This record gives sequence, structure tokens and C-alpha cells, in this order.
Amino acid sequence: MLLAAGVAILVAMGLALLRTLLGPTVWDRIMAVNSFGTKTVLLIALLGALAGRTDYLDIALLYALINFIGTVALMKYIETAPHEDAPEERA
Amino acid sequence: MDWAAVTGGVLLGVGALLLVAGGIGINRFPHFYSRLHASGVVDTLAAALVLAGLAPAFGVTLGTLKLALIFVFLLFTSPTACHALARSAHLSGLREPRTPQESSSSPS
Repeated sequence: MLLAAGVAILVAMGLALLRTLLGPTVWDRIMAVNSFGTKTVLLIALLGALAGRTDYLDIALLYALINFIGTVALMKYIETAPHEDAPEERA
Repeated sequence: MDWAAVTGGVLLGVGALLLVAGGIGINRFPHFYSRLHASGVVDTLAAALVLAGLAPAFGVTLGTLKLALIFVFLLFTSPTACHALARSAHLSGLREPRTPQESSSSPS
């Protein structure tokens, strides 16, 4: 079951990567990268279960932290920049 | 029969199915906000299910506590990141495409 779940997580990561490459807007790409990061956390935790070691979970927790900080930092960066698709209706 | 392992396997299976469904969702939905819905909602639940499904593999050890910590962290940050994305997109002026009737009556 662990192996099957690992394969499913890898497939879902591939689909998220596809949206990252295709995404028409920059938010689509960031959403997909954030989703990819969440799946990476799950994959690392699953590898830890496969290896029977709890050290992996520390790495997974750290990855979750970095993933969240990175997403929010990108948000703050983009929020101040106008977007080419957007109409001129910013107040 | 090891009921803990069976429960963990079922939770893992459901979580993995949800992850793949969410992956299909973010590729098939028509515009950004619906894709964000697929990503944000599904990822939170699937992460919770997968982490809960991993707990029997570690047993009652420090590993399960760390899994619970990851779970709590994801439970807070995943919706927060989703909200930040939607807010940023909305503030930058990204709108849903209008339906055909709306766009024909009020072209803008």
C-alpha cells in the first residue's frame, strides 16, 4: 500500500508540474508549485515510513515550512506588480 | 488481523486517490479560481489522510508525534496559502471570465 500511494503521489506531482508549465497566469504557476511542495512533503514522509526511520519526518516538516514561506513571499512580491492580463481597475 | 495496518492502508488509498483527482482537477478546470479550488481544498484533505495513513507504519513512537506536527502545520498553512493566492489574484485584477449572456449584454 505504501508503494502504491507513493506512485499515486508521483503521478499527482507530475500533473502539478504540467500545470506549472502550462499555467496561463503567474498565479496558476504559483498554485501548482505550492501544490507540488505539499506533495513533496507527503512523499518524504512516505519515504520515511518505507525506510522505517523518523529522521525523514524532520525534513518533511522543514520542507513544509519552506514551502509556505516561499509561497507567501512570492505573493507579497507579485501583489505589488501589475499583471499584463489584468484590466486597469486597480484602485 | 492487524486492524491498525488495515485502517492505515485504507486511509492511504483514499488520500492517494484524492491526490490524483486533485491533480486532474487543476489541469481540467477552466479558469484560475476553479483550479485554485481544486488545489486548495483537495490538497488539505489528501495531506491529512495520507499522514494519518502513515501513522500505523511508525506505531506509537516519536514518529507519530512528528506526523501529527506536520499535519497541524499543513492544516494551518495550506488554506492560508490558498487564501493569499486568491487575494493576490483578485487585488491584481484577475477576474473570472464572464458567461456568454453577461458578456453579450455588457461588453467590457
